[in-house]
Amino acid sequence: MKEKVIGNRASRLDAVSKVTGKAKYTDDFFEREMLVGKVLRSPHAHALIKHIDVSKAKSLEGVEAVITHEDLPKIKFATAGHPWSLDPNHRDVADRLILTDKARYVGDSIAAVVATDHLTAEKAIKLIEVEYEVLPHVLDAEEAIKPDAPTIHDEKKDNIISSFGQAFGDIEQDFQQADYIMEGVYETSIVQHCHLENHTAYAYKDTDGRIVIVTSTQIPHIVRRVVSQALGLSWGKVRVIKPYIGGGFGNKQDVVIEPLTAAMTLSVNGKPVRYQLSREECFIGTRTRHAIKFYMKTALSKDNRLKAIHIKAFSNNGAYASHGHSIIMSASSKFRPLYHFNSVKVEPKTVYTNLPTAGAMRAYGVPQICFALESHLDDICKKLKLNPIEFRKRNLISLGHVDPLSKIKVRSFGIPECIQKGKELIKWDEKKKSYENQTGEKRRGLGMACFSYFSGTHPVGLELAGARIVMNQDGSIQLQVGATEIGQGSDTAFAQMAAEVLGISMDMVRVISTQDTDIAPFDTGAYASRQTYVSGAAVKKAALEVKDKVLKIASRKTGLKVEDLDIVDKQIVEKDLGTPLCSLEEIAMLSYYDRIHAEPIKSDTSENIRTNAVAYGVTFAEVLVDMVTGKIEVLEIYNVHDSGTIINPSLAEGQVHGGVSMALGYALSEKLMFDEKTGRPLNHNLLDYKLQTILDTPKIGVGFVETYEPTGSFGQKSIGENPAISPAPAIRNAVLDATGVQFNKLPMNPQAVFEKFKDEGLL
Amino acid sequence: MFSINHILEPKTLKEAILYYDENPKLKVIAGGTDVLIHLHHGKLEDVELLSLRKINHLDEVKLQEDGTIVIGAMTTFSTLFRDKIINQYISILAEASVSMGGPQIRNIATIGGNICNGAVSADSAPSLFTLNAILRLESKKGVRMIPIQDFYEGPGKVKLLQGEILTHILITEDNYHEMKGKYIKFSNRKAMDIAMLSVAVTGQVEDEVFKDLRIALGVSAPVPVRCSKAEDYAVGKECSEETIKKIGELALSNARPRNSWRGSKPYRQHLINVLTQRAIKEIVFKGGGKDDEKN
Ligand SMILES: Cc1cc2nc3c(=O)[nH]c(=O)nc-3n(C[C@H](O)[C@H](O)[C@H](O)COP(=O)(O)OP(=O)(O)OC[C@H]3O[C@@H](n4cnc5c(N)ncnc54)[C@H](O)[C@@H]3O)c2cc1C
Repeated sequence: MKEKVIGNRASRLDAVSKVTGKAKYTDDFFEREMLVGKVLRSPHAHALIKHIDVSKAKSLEGVEAVITHEDLPKIKFATAGHPWSLDPNHRDVADRLILTDKARYVGDSIAAVVATDHLTAEKAIKLIEVEYEVLPHVLDAEEAIKPDAPTIHDEKKDNIISSFGQAFGDIEQDFQQADYIMEGVYETSIVQHCHLENHTAYAYKDTDGRIVIVTSTQIPHIVRRVVSQALGLSWGKVRVIKPYIGGGFGNKQDVVIEPLTAAMTLSVNGKPVRYQLSREECFIGTRTRHAIKFYMKTALSKDNRLKAIHIKAFSNNGAYASHGHSIIMSASSKFRPLYHFNSVKVEPKTVYTNLPTAGAMRAYGVPQICFALESHLDDICKKLKLNPIEFRKRNLISLGHVDPLSKIKVRSFGIPECIQKGKELIKWDEKKKSYENQTGEKRRGLGMACFSYFSGTHPVGLELAGARIVMNQDGSIQLQVGATEIGQGSDTAFAQMAAEVLGISMDMVRVISTQDTDIAPFDTGAYASRQTYVSGAAVKKAALEVKDKVLKIASRKTGLKVEDLDIVDKQIVEKDLGTPLCSLEEIAMLSYYDRIHAEPIKSDTSENIRTNAVAYGVTFAEVLVDMVTGKIEVLEIYNVHDSGTIINPSLAEGQVHGGVSMALGYALSEKLMFDEKTGRPLNHNLLDYKLQTILDTPKIGVGFVETYEPTGSFGQKSIGENPAISPAPAIRNAVLDATGVQFNKLPMNPQAVFEKFKDEGLL
Repeated sequence: MFSINHILEPKTLKEAILYYDENPKLKVIAGGTDVLIHLHHGKLEDVELLSLRKINHLDEVKLQEDGTIVIGAMTTFSTLFRDKIINQYISILAEASVSMGGPQIRNIATIGGNICNGAVSADSAPSLFTLNAILRLESKKGVRMIPIQDFYEGPGKVKLLQGEILTHILITEDNYHEMKGKYIKFSNRKAMDIAMLSVAVTGQVEDEVFKDLRIALGVSAPVPVRCSKAEDYAVGKECSEETIKKIGELALSNARPRNSWRGSKPYRQHLINVLTQRAIKEIVFKGGGKDDEKN
């Protein structure tokens, strides 16, 4: 009997080492006499730096170096965790210096100190004297593009990073012929990833004079490239090591602290320097999720079909480009393979402001557009008195749909079943009836929202993945991948894939979890929910190659053809009869010690994936709204996903629990706030930034509709980011159902609800 | 890394008081959950700490023969919310205690530190205000007993004289006998949060009449406050829906809530009114009042 490993609830490979505290993270590694790096941050939102005097700081005992932009190469570089593009027109905006020569937000890195310990470094920071010429600042994206707004980067006088949009169909004609035209404005706030482990790294020069950086990153190979570019070094001069990491959610899909960490070690002649951000620094000095304002306009026909959608979007990018316009481009591509439109036009503007830089965060622009679109659809239903579920079902695309712009084809389509399942889980019809005509102080409501998402970045980005396998004498293997485990469980999923192909048990697969750019296969890292789909294909390829080598030796040994052989439960078997011929171990031993044919079995492969698979899902939520205090409580929430084959249900559920929990905060409480007058952050700590606690989190219900995606190596599609997409609009729509009030801005925290209830005359 | 020069850890109160008298620059540290945050934010630097953690018997709750409940200043919130005496006689303080931070914070944070830190959001304050708690302060000069209402001076400021240590909190029997209490902490999160606003109500209802009613508010003025106007109005009145509504409105007259990004002034005013009403309805219900007024 061939035992299936794919689909099993295999335990995480790193479970024991993590829960026992043995797993080593960046801060668990030490070098002798490690120095400490610290940064002086700008107190002004926008200011010219006239002069920096570091003499007092330098003369403090224990200070080894103080650096400013004047000590560093004048090279502007881009930080986004994207594969390098050979086409210069397709590259990220290079607008950063390692230490800036102009302050563009409160928190901008002005100077750095390297000292023997934290307290000395902090003292030295206070001794640096900077003369600023304060400039007017702008925080709002729509304000920043007005003609009289201050210019933040000279290279973009109008503060617009890009306004490249997407369109198909004859939108004007569709609006002319529309029976109804609906409009709405929707807005999301700036939030932050709040991964448990703050950004941290250390660097030193090795005996060959190369820079070694150990860092908490999702993208070691990209870090190597960007550090080299920022310092003007040949790429081979930099080595990046990524140990276990305590979460990233996109904030470490960006090269944030590594170039400066490298510069710090160079400033002290290669002595080891550790540079760790505090939580407060992490909130402002890394990346945030873009606040985006959407102006939606939709054309419909009398039979309640969507005809056209015109979206204008203003994406607040903060002070530096980072992922920049890619975010809104992702948003405007990924929502499309869900509802049928004759014509679509998205006109986005990604805008510089004097705020912390926005970058990648779980689902890359899609939580924002999903909030706008799915809220808008419920507003349409409210106005036209339609059933929101039936309305959505009526407008869904169907299997085989090809997007007119990206050419991505829908080859598996489980959203209708997802909707059905979610509806049953929450007992929609039954509850809907009993919640009619509520009048009390506390009211209940139901809402739902759908989403579509991609598996990787094709056709926009390169989707290259590498995997390597070495078989040991006992038939067990080492699997080495370039893709990074960042807590999502990818190592375990890869192990299951290799075990499945090779007919071995999970305990025979050892995944080398650390990526070291000197030795790890090339892969651009953990992002875009690409790993199971893209890197999984490389793992399968590597495993198939090993299997083929095993069977060739077995064929030589048994005289049977390779095609007639298989590996089942660590045995070589005759395929049709299932009879065991010899153990896998015997074959492995031959590969090592056969006096004539010995050649240890290994594979080293890459896959360049040039397909994409559309994953789907839906959230159903039930809320209880306190009409007096404005508090919203989520009573029940279900996420049902079509992510193709579920490789490991426990891991997939873990992704859903985490994603929904993030989205609950996005919907109800999280918002990074700034003082309008000064641009200073107000709540950049975990007390005042209202990340939800476990007590605020309802039981999160999870469902899967398993389709088979033909382009997936095992039928799989993405699941990592997906769960964070649709809960916010589902909750918002449930509040609409409970109260009749349209909340078009996130988060719906008690203060915001109070103000809205006042406006609506409910209080 | 914290900027701490050294720490003294006396084993007796007497020793602590002597140290403190000799060096008034010492910073008292109890659980450290406020002190360490100040150090982390750079508000304190190069400190010399005087720790009270090794002193025996300052972390106990006792019921004296005269019915006075005596709470040691070093009693942690975990101890308080589980304590039999507290739960039996002044459950409102147990409610307040369990609303504090999370388990780790409650295990180390002390009631004395909460009071002496002087925060307007201190979760122990409103309840202690309604219980007319007395603070016992001791220095080399001797012992002072002062009502908690007179202790708070302004945001983060309390009336500790030089060399003084808070040793106990006392609640006399007449302040809890036959009384019911309710504490409502209004915050964004259910744990690990500070109050955006808080209301404590302690009172006695007899024959559906308010025999006694005390209302205290947190985060509604520069210091925690009692709502004397509302209290005076209530006593002797029937606990009807209208009376309670009027009490809610009157509660505002002792409040001076701030407008801040943590919560707007109009919102805080609204909450004072509605949460006061809710808290009163709770005790009316607990006290055997009208069932239908519970929600
Ligand atoms: C994560 C977190 C969550 C929190 N949540 C809450 C919350 O929900 N509600 C709340 O009210 N607070 C909260 N706090 C604040 C803090 O925990 C409380 O104020 C706590 O009660 C302080 O007690 P402590 O023993 O830690 O005081 P310490 O930090 O040791 O001391 C606080 C102050 O009181 C002085 N002091 C302490 N004891 C004495 C004494 N016996 N005599 C004289 N002076 C003294 C100290 O010098 C210092 O100024 C939280 C803090 C943290 C870090």
